[in-house]
Amino acid sequence: MTLQTTNGAIAVTRFGLGARPGELDAASVEPQGWLKAQITPSGGEQPQGPLPTGRAAFAAYTTALQDFRQIKRDTSVAAPPGGVMKDGAPDDLKARRKALLAPIRDGVRDEIVARTRLATTTAQPFRERWTLFWANHFTVSAAKPKAAMLAGPFEREAIRPHVFGRFETLLVASSTHPGMLMYLDQARSTGPDSLAGTRRDAGLNENLAREILELHTVGPDSGYTQADVIEFARALTGYSIGVDRDGGDQAGLALFRPNLHEPGARTVLGRTCPAGGSEQARAILADLATNPHTADHLARKLAIHFVADDPPPALVARLREAWTDSRGDLSTVALALVEAPDAWTPQPAKFKRPYELLVSSYRAMGAIPADGDREVIAPLTQMGDRPFTAPQPDGWSEQASDWAAPDAVVKRLDWASGLSTALASAAPSPMQVADAALGDRLTAPVRTAIARAETRPEALTLLFMSPEFQRR
Amino acid sequence: MTHLHPSRRGLLSLGASLGMTFLAAPVLADPLSARRKLVVIVCRGAMDGLSVSPPLGDRDYAALRGPIAIAPDKVLKLDADFGLHPKLATVHALAQSGQARIAPAVAIPERIRSHFEAQDLLESGGARVYDVTTGWLNRALAASSRDGRVTAISVGPEEPLILRGPSPVQSWSPGGRQSADLGRITTTLQDLYKHDPILGPALASGLQTEATADTLNGGQTIVAKDARALAVTAGRFVASDGGPSIAVLQLDGFDTHASQGAAEGQLANRLKALDDVVAGLKEGLGPAWGQTVVVTATEFGRTAHVNGTGGTDHGTASTLILAGGALKPGGIVGDWPTLEQSKLFEARDLAPTLDVRQVFKGLLQDHMGVDRAALDSRIFPDSGAAAPVANLV
Repeated sequence: MTLQTTNGAIAVTRFGLGARPGELDAASVEPQGWLKAQITPSGGEQPQGPLPTGRAAFAAYTTALQDFRQIKRDTSVAAPPGGVMKDGAPDDLKARRKALLAPIRDGVRDEIVARTRLATTTAQPFRERWTLFWANHFTVSAAKPKAAMLAGPFEREAIRPHVFGRFETLLVASSTHPGMLMYLDQARSTGPDSLAGTRRDAGLNENLAREILELHTVGPDSGYTQADVIEFARALTGYSIGVDRDGGDQAGLALFRPNLHEPGARTVLGRTCPAGGSEQARAILADLATNPHTADHLARKLAIHFVADDPPPALVARLREAWTDSRGDLSTVALALVEAPDAWTPQPAKFKRPYELLVSSYRAMGAIPADGDREVIAPLTQMGDRPFTAPQPDGWSEQASDWAAPDAVVKRLDWASGLSTALASAAPSPMQVADAALGDRLTAPVRTAIARAETRPEALTLLFMSPEFQRR
Repeated sequence: MTHLHPSRRGLLSLGASLGMTFLAAPVLADPLSARRKLVVIVCRGAMDGLSVSPPLGDRDYAALRGPIAIAPDKVLKLDADFGLHPKLATVHALAQSGQARIAPAVAIPERIRSHFEAQDLLESGGARVYDVTTGWLNRALAASSRDGRVTAISVGPEEPLILRGPSPVQSWSPGGRQSADLGRITTTLQDLYKHDPILGPALASGLQTEATADTLNGGQTIVAKDARALAVTAGRFVASDGGPSIAVLQLDGFDTHASQGAAEGQLANRLKALDDVVAGLKEGLGPAWGQTVVVTATEFGRTAHVNGTGGTDHGTASTLILAGGALKPGGIVGDWPTLEQSKLFEARDLAPTLDVRQVFKGLLQDHMGVDRAALDSRIFPDSGAAAPVANLV
């Protein structure tokens, strides 16, 4: 085995999503070149399938909300005085409620399945991993019902096109997309002294402003204060979503509403932005994108995602430098990551998340999950990593300790044994699968265990559950 | 499936041969304190204390809260000044019999309004965020038993920071039952994991806990969404012979920035889930409820004023709920700072009158028998000035 093969194995497992049959050979020829060729100015790949635009999803949400309110009114009429509870509602009303939730559930499912199929089949797995990093960084989660239908469109419209462009572009696209505006309660936030604020009882919502500062840009170590949050929230007032009465061509699109916008200059992190409607928040976002704390925060987060939970300082420094020198050009940063010697340490230090485990297992088998509900939704729900449903705005954890609780490992085993049983008959010899997936990374004890297994499913389960396959 | 599967027996003997102490029947130095139970419910997202325990006697409450104030006729009364949210009926019934109390103005030691930092602080027990990277309850395990036999379990999908650290803990969540049939594979994996610091201990503990859960639940399948059933299972674990003395449960969805609701609505639904969890714990614990304290805490409270979108933003103090048969009856824990404008923290939040560590320390000291020196230094570093709340049990 040559050094090249070791680096090939690192390229396909750590930077990629796990090798498909033949991929390891292809990547081993020139591992860095194989990765660099996947840095694509046009952004991430798009999942295939009949998936709705954000606009269509918003319209469907609006309709569902209206129906829901109607059902609520009908329920109050139908229920006896004093008892308007769900359980007391007549059967047809219960059925209507249920029917209302179905398209939301199905919409999220279709997004999850389409995205998982892309990950299991793509020939550019580094491009997809890089994309998934940013999708997780800018989390919009269907765990919040009002954002559920927009989580998928948000990722496809605001994130994927911009992941190899300038960070500022990505930040603005994320911060102004209806998905994020719904998820972090921005759409109705009203300046107290705005036209609308002086007329009715409405006010500020700090949620988006706070999370942009804390999670998306400068990070908690940067020393921003509550006053910065409020000032930024004031600047963001007006960023909203068009509805039908705004005129047909605006419904479901990002829309700036001057009548919600708090008048006056704003000072965030010591920099004052003059009054200026929608441009004011844009200027603050531009400042945040190039703030040195943002470079620190993202350099470290990228190193944690790609290399180790506690990454080498030299790697973080290198990424920070690439970020700063290029003013947040994400292609340049991706290139720096690929070229960083510290990113190529042979020991796989990252414990795979369940999504990564599932994707890499299908890739190793050269298979595609055919039954979305049974092969994708159910196992990822069970293993606690269902895409688009991160419990909080900070997204899915990058730390092994969050994924390796005793019961979580048992669930990995249950799933791996089920998958191995389902796919065993279609597989070449399990040893061939293991060699093609891990190459140099396959250790002698695991090789022996696979060789000694009594059945094909047993051999594949041992491969998927092996210490080296569980890591990247 | 009420009997242990043969392959699980194989596993048990495997565990015993590896000398895993959690499989051994406990022989405790102090059987009394060993029977005492502590359950912590972490409510994530910043639970709105002013809705959990509406301060009806506070003259500013109704005006500050406007549409999200809980109407006086809906509130379940505790005393002249305080009540409970109408969805907290179980907690209220317990309070009526002296088995539940509230601490209405509690906060973590540092004034931060980031969920993630505040949850870290609540669970790490540090004096400042990022000071400590393990959980206080994990560190308390070592301190509360001389022989490492006081153990803990996390019930639910994620193992929380509060339980992470040097002492091994169990975890359980529904859905791992099939592994019973994988006897041969698990034996091989245990061997492959011999030198694996993550997978080795996790698999051994996970399979053992799964077998126990199956027995405790009589083979009945639990659905992950069913908070009450999870709590029943947690209670059964804690009540079982040789089971863990400490359990942690988590609830999320309390971040009500918009359309929070009042007696009904978004927050009400979460509080119903919390009430179900308390009821489930009591059911699962059975007679052991008498030796138990349940404490419910959140990372911070929410703004005193309703915001512009029918919700509340990140605030400071919130309500902590204590329940359990081991609790000493009494009124509210800690002082009420009032909602007068001049008394609000930064003119916007309920001000804390009690450090959450004081409550935790009081329970660990008087209920779990942890000594004060360990509490002040190792378990809650630099917390000497935060005296344990006395007379809770």
